Parts: sequence; C-alpha cells; structure tokens
Amino acid sequence: MKTGDLIGALSTDTAPQDASPRNAFVKAIGFGALIAGASFFATLGPRPDFMYAIHTVRFDFKFVVTLVLAATAFLAARDMARPEIHRSRMRRFLLAAPVLMILAVAAELYMVPSGQWMTKLIGHNMRFCTTMIPLFALGPLALMLWAFRRGAPENPARAGAIAGLIAGGLGAAFYAAHCFDDSPLFVATWYTLAIAIVTALGAFLGRRLLRW
Amino acid sequence: MSATKTSDGATPETEWAGLMRAGLLGDGAAYRRLLEAIVPRLRKFASGGLARSGIGNADAEDVVQEILLAIHLKRQTWMQDQPFLPWLNAIARHKLIDVMRRRGRRGEVPIEGLIEILPDETAQPETSQTELTRLVSRLDGKQQAIVSAISLDGQSIRDTAAKLGMTEVAVRVNFHRGLKKLAALYRAGDAA
Repeated sequence: MKTGDLIGALSTDTAPQDASPRNAFVKAIGFGALIAGASFFATLGPRPDFMYAIHTVRFDFKFVVTLVLAATAFLAARDMARPEIHRSRMRRFLLAAPVLMILAVAAELYMVPSGQWMTKLIGHNMRFCTTMIPLFALGPLALMLWAFRRGAPENPARAGAIAGLIAGGLGAAFYAAHCFDDSPLFVATWYTLAIAIVTALGAFLGRRLLRW
Repeated sequence: MSATKTSDGATPETEWAGLMRAGLLGDGAAYRRLLEAIVPRLRKFASGGLARSGIGNADAEDVVQEILLAIHLKRQTWMQDQPFLPWLNAIARHKLIDVMRRRGRRGEVPIEGLIEILPDETAQPETSQTELTRLVSRLDGKQQAIVSAISLDGQSIRDTAAKLGMTEVAVRVNFHRGLKKLAALYRAGDAA
C-alpha cells in the first residue's frame, strides 16, 4: 500500500472519537468504586460495631492510607496514559501512602509492648484479607485497564501496575470496613500483600492489553 | 529542547496543531494535509533510526505506515491545550522502538526525535508492496473488503457502502475496526 493511499484512507475515518482518555479515567474510577462497593455490601458488609469503630484512630487510618493510595495512583495514571509524558510530576505523590504507613507502623511499635507485636501482625484473618481485597479489586482493575486502552501508555506493564494500585487501594478501603484487624502492623503486612497481588496482576495484564 | 525549527525557520507547531484540532472535529481535508505534512519527517526519522540500529533502512516505509496508523488510532490522546510536536515525537519513537524490539534489537532511538530532523528533500519512490498490504489480506472477509476498497482502491465510504450493499454507518464502523485490527496485526509481529 502506498503511504499516500493510506493517508487518504485514514482521513476518511474521521468520525467522532471515543471519549477522551481523561473522561475514561473519571468514568472508570466512578464505576469501579460502585462495583467494588456493591460487591462489598452484597457479600461482607461493614462490621457490626462499625459506628463505634469509626471513633477509633486505628480503624480510620485504614481508610486514609488505602484511599490516599488509590487517589495518588489515579493522578499518576492520567499522566501515564499520555505518550509524551515520560516522568509524570504526579509520580512523587505515590510516596504518600507508603510514608503514612511507615509512620503509622512506627507509632504502633512505640505504643504497643513488643510482646504483642506478633499477635497484632498475625491478626485474625490474614488469609481472608488477602483473598477478599483482590476480589473486590477485580471490577475496578478491569475498568482502569479499559481506561488505559483509550490512552497510549509509554510503558504498558507499568501502566497496568498503576491500574492495580488504584484498584487494590479501592478494594482494600471497602474491605477495611469489614475487617476487625485494625493494627497498622496487620495493615502494613497483609493489606500490602493483597494490594501487591492486584498490582502484579495489573502489570501482567497491562503487558498484554495495553500495547498499542 | 530548543531546535524545533525547520530549515526555513518556521516552526510547524502552530500550523500542525491547528490542522490536528480541525481533524479531531471531523475535518478530513485538514487531517489529510497534516498527515501529508508530517510524512517526510517520519520517513527521515524511521530510516535514520533503522540505519543507526544496524537493521538497514530498506523497509523504512513500513515503519512510516505503522507510525501513521498509530497516530490515527491514538489521536484522541493528544490534549488540545498541550503542544502537538512532543506528542507526535512520542508516538513516532514508541512505534520505532516497538519495531526494533520485534526484530530482536535493542531499541536505540535518538532521543532528540523527529522534529530536529530535516525533511528529506529527495523524493523516495513510493512502493506499494508494504507490509500493510500483506496485513490487509489477513483481515477477515467483510473487514478486508471494506479496508481494501477504501485504502487500496481509494474508494469513498459511500461507494463502498453501495458496492457491498451496506449502510454508510456500517462501513465506517467496520473500517475503523479494521484499522484497529491492522494495528494489532502489526504488533503481533513477524510471528506470522
């Protein structure tokens, strides 16, 4: 095919485009949160003492750290979908959630006697936690990958991983409302592991789905 | 990032961004002018990159066509309030690296991008035996008929619709899907 013929053909395909990537990301996080929320309330639901628990700082911190993770990853994601941005300035905000987590762990280690550290870390339900968070994250992950397909990420695996961080953060925030283990030692270990699983899955899928 | 000027001293940024904006609003003629204007640079960029990596630039036209297809399919990722040239550079580099990777080379693509490359003055013979022709033949029945009618035979959407007994909307939709499929076939690489 001559390049001139190709150009002629491409210029006939000028129907209005799919929604811009930016809109796609807003839709994806909105519907992703809806799906994760619906599946959470349909299966586990919040713990019975939820209204009491929200007055405890450890319980609330679980929402802060997971939602900060999702929000900062979301900001970076929108830039990563644009091919001309090699290093998004938003990427530095990704440090916020890990820094918060480290500070919380340090505070917990300071306040809790060392004899209880392992008990707090092991908690009650680590296997359930590392299963349910990825499950709640599946819907948001699929939608974030869909949004990235509207974009043109320079590095597909990295884009998929960011999609996984967003989805993992959302899934973890819902799961946190059910989970009785509030110690930052538990959260730093098992929530992190669960979110890492979603992130790895995102990177794996991104490599396959986000090439362009 | 200083040398964004062409040999005649004019910077194409404003003009190209304007054509792209019109194209995104559905102005096919403006869009066509844009693609024609960037092709000489894409050619130079592709043949330079291929030569430097030791692949040889014999099939530079294949790379040009693959880049054009990527520009087309990803055109909505250009933010209209942002400069056009960095976006164009990024798409071209991404596809060139992709081609090199598929051929088992480390993608060493000049970082300066195609904007600093002067257009090639000597017109190159346009070959019709590009990889794209082969890929069109791998599309399935209806898509193949539509894509080859419009791109190889240069027919309009309307004529194609009449010939195939389809609505124009159906032809448009299938044509767009066919283009997406072609990009996927490129990516699937030399496995075929």
